[in-house]
Amino acid sequence: MSKEYETVIGLEVHVELATKTKIFCSCSTAFGSAPNTHTCPVCTGMPGSLPVLNKKVVEHALAVGLATGCKINQYSKFDRKNYFYPDNPQNYQISQLYLPICHDGGIEIETESGKKTIGIHEIHMEEDAGKLVHDDWEEVSLVDYNRSGVPLIEIVSEPDMRSAEEVIAYLEKLRMIIQYLEASDCKMQEGSMRADVNISVREQGAEAFGTRTEMKNIGSFKAIARAIEAETVRQIDLIESGERVVQETRRWNDQQGYSYAMRSKEDAQDYRYFPEPDLLPLVISDAYLQQLKDRQPELQDEKFARYLSEFGLPEYDAKILTSTKKLADLFEDTVKLCGKPKKVSNWLMGETMRLLKEHEMDPEDLGFSPGNFAKVIDLAETGTINGTVAKEVFEQVFTSDIDPEQYVEEHGLKTVNDEGALRDVIAKVIQEHPKSVEDYRGGKEKAIGFLVGQTMKAMKGKADPGIVNKILKEML
Amino acid sequence: MKLLSLTAVELGKKIKAGEVTAEEAVLASMDAIEAKEGQVHSFVTIDREGALKQAREVQNKIQEGILTSPLAGVPVAIKDNLCTKGMLTTCSSKILYNFIPTYTAEAVRNLERAGAVILGKTNMDEFAMGSTTETSAYGVTRNPWNTDHVPGGSSGGSCAAVAAEEVCYALGSDTGGSIRQPSSFCGVTGLKPTYGTVSRYGLIAYGSSLDQIGPIAKDVSDCAAILEAIASHDKKDSTSILRKDLDFTSGLTEDVKGMKIGIPRDYLGEGLDAEVKEAVLASAKKLEEQGASVEEFDLSLVEYAIPAYYVIAAAEASSNLERFDGVKYGYRTKEYEGLHNMYKKSRSEGFGTEVKRRIMLGSFVLSSGYYDAYYLKALRTKALIKQAFDRAFAKFDVILGPAAPSTAPKLGESLKDPLKMYLGDIYTVSVNLAGLPAISLPCGLDKKGLPIGLQIIGDCFQEKKIIRAAYAYEQAGTYQRSPLAEQ
Repeated sequence: MSKEYETVIGLEVHVELATKTKIFCSCSTAFGSAPNTHTCPVCTGMPGSLPVLNKKVVEHALAVGLATGCKINQYSKFDRKNYFYPDNPQNYQISQLYLPICHDGGIEIETESGKKTIGIHEIHMEEDAGKLVHDDWEEVSLVDYNRSGVPLIEIVSEPDMRSAEEVIAYLEKLRMIIQYLEASDCKMQEGSMRADVNISVREQGAEAFGTRTEMKNIGSFKAIARAIEAETVRQIDLIESGERVVQETRRWNDQQGYSYAMRSKEDAQDYRYFPEPDLLPLVISDAYLQQLKDRQPELQDEKFARYLSEFGLPEYDAKILTSTKKLADLFEDTVKLCGKPKKVSNWLMGETMRLLKEHEMDPEDLGFSPGNFAKVIDLAETGTINGTVAKEVFEQVFTSDIDPEQYVEEHGLKTVNDEGALRDVIAKVIQEHPKSVEDYRGGKEKAIGFLVGQTMKAMKGKADPGIVNKILKEML
Repeated sequence: MKLLSLTAVELGKKIKAGEVTAEEAVLASMDAIEAKEGQVHSFVTIDREGALKQAREVQNKIQEGILTSPLAGVPVAIKDNLCTKGMLTTCSSKILYNFIPTYTAEAVRNLERAGAVILGKTNMDEFAMGSTTETSAYGVTRNPWNTDHVPGGSSGGSCAAVAAEEVCYALGSDTGGSIRQPSSFCGVTGLKPTYGTVSRYGLIAYGSSLDQIGPIAKDVSDCAAILEAIASHDKKDSTSILRKDLDFTSGLTEDVKGMKIGIPRDYLGEGLDAEVKEAVLASAKKLEEQGASVEEFDLSLVEYAIPAYYVIAAAEASSNLERFDGVKYGYRTKEYEGLHNMYKKSRSEGFGTEVKRRIMLGSFVLSSGYYDAYYLKALRTKALIKQAFDRAFAKFDVILGPAAPSTAPKLGESLKDPLKMYLGDIYTVSVNLAGLPAISLPCGLDKKGLPIGLQIIGDCFQEKKIIRAAYAYEQAGTYQRSPLAEQ
């Protein structure tokens, strides 16, 4: 009979920090510029250049460490990791090995099987490498150093996760915390959040870990889940067929749903780490640390509680609205302008979510302003436009952040409140649809719906359906 | 050629007084270089046109009263491991045969701000690794006192250029003695400042935690004035120190009354040439006669300084030199198959033997399984050596000893036995490990007519004390011109 296996997963998550300038020089970190335009002697590894630490990087790393319950090394150091590759202009990366800035923390995740804490082994600061562009036609490789020296933190988890579901929950929680701290936008598709997955399997109940493999730089949460599932199956198959798992780095091909070996441990490089002599040890004073602690923004748990007490939202709403900082900020900024927290929440939970799904977007991609959003709500609430029109206008706000008042004006979408005109139209509808009128009078209540619809159609949607209904009943 | 027998400060005064123009000073140097380079070969690059242009600009600013530094208008030679914007900077290595920096080292910029005129770049041991200036890819430099002998190294080109009177002063760098030892061999004065005093930004690193840039000149007054010009707190160098006591020329007083001078017995023992020992002790006597107290003591740990130094310097060098890979600048091999082969061939062909030896040594001591046994142990030794100096400076104002165990050896002798060559650094490397300032100045000639160097070491930030002791000693009139200078 087949044995029961358990998957053991640990993650190394690289996060690009949202600083304006690079970690060791004053070049811009802007994404998507022409190659090698954000470079200087430092980030291109020119002889004689020297690194100078960007204080903002330390602040972000500490903020993430504090928010994930880490201990802070108030005396930390940078080390050089030596390896030759053209995207790495000095052929060493400045990182932290011996004394990382944060260590021994953890975050709580929630899955269907309940709550669980995932340990964080350490968080360290390091520099990103440049980007190689391979020209298939010329048989040359080109290198772009714009990304060289962009600050990263690497968050190394303990091997505490047991399923793809837990991994995704961990990543989502981590992303949420970092976004709340505004330490990074954590966009996987732009590479500002990248995860290496370490995975092994062992028999249920076994104490020793199995041999692990590592999968690097997987492009999305969904792909990570698929890679974990496939790798679990692959490792179990190997063990079941009497073979052994080789410790190696594998690359996941998400299109093919298949991973292949990149390099085994035998080929593993000796990075010859040693303390970076060009940087002094980093000393974090008690006062500075306290200052950062005092400056930590409100995180999800506190915000959730406040949404219940301050805005009287149901738990369900509060949970979804606080699930990303983007939604929470949008909610609060809009409420500030138009009040009516429950209405704002309804628009976010309903129409906004629907449109996000339709456009295959994440809440982070929302581009409309609280001002225009608040105007839609005001227009709907005052009855200036009816519900159907409000949805139409909101969609315009969602896609193009238009000014709703101007839009309503230009397209003549205001609800017609002139009862005389409405009565004329209704009279005409009654006259044109004797069958429905007869049905209604004969007791078929539903028939009035058709007549309301016909009236709305004749009004080009600009009437209040409630009022139409009321007048119809009177006139019939 | 009389201008070049002046000190830098003397020449600066004449320029300021209008007796000489900066352009005339450059032309005098160019004439001297033309006459002597064939014999001494101090330079890798000579920038005649650039220097003349710069001299004219500086001259105008002096006349307008914008430039008032004592060094304004005085030509200078720069060691070829200091980046100079638009001017070839090779580190005397084939691997940087075509490297033209996009920026200028901070120390050199400081000189430019003071109105110095850059003549060119001086020869050195490749990447500052060596004690003879024989490991240069561009030919050896010869000692102006006797061209059969080496000038010392690695700042041999800078020291030889000053001793031969091709230029009044030069910049060098000192990682394990590379200013002091060639100063000693060439009979000039060289000062290695406290680590962190002169910005390393733009100094092509050899051993980052040990490297310091310093002045090489005819006398102590020049060294003090030059150091005052090049020292600065530089935010581009994280190891640069904010010091408020950069007025080094205020140390130029003859008064050594009551100064406590210690001579480590460890610096007078086996391996020290008898004539050098005699000269050093005679120098101590002179200072004693001027009112200083001199006492011998045991510094201890001296025998561990060389192994600790070579482990740390080589480890840092092995990493610092990784960037020379044929990808971005410098030498790339002609034919290769794939990336790895390109790296391997470019570096094998681009680096010389001594550099490769130290890269291998450094890679070894950092590799997994050896890191603790070698690198960490060397770091601990470094800390102990610093403590030994701390104890000494609790008792003494300055420490006095030889700069090198002997005078300049003949060309070709040293590289045959690298270990023996490394042992020649015994009196200088501890100073770098402890981050201390030290000066080497001439204290006589041996029977062969080669200069002997006296080293005076101070505690951290005590440059003024060593300047004071050295200046007092120098007043006895110890400077002698080399035969090549007199030509």
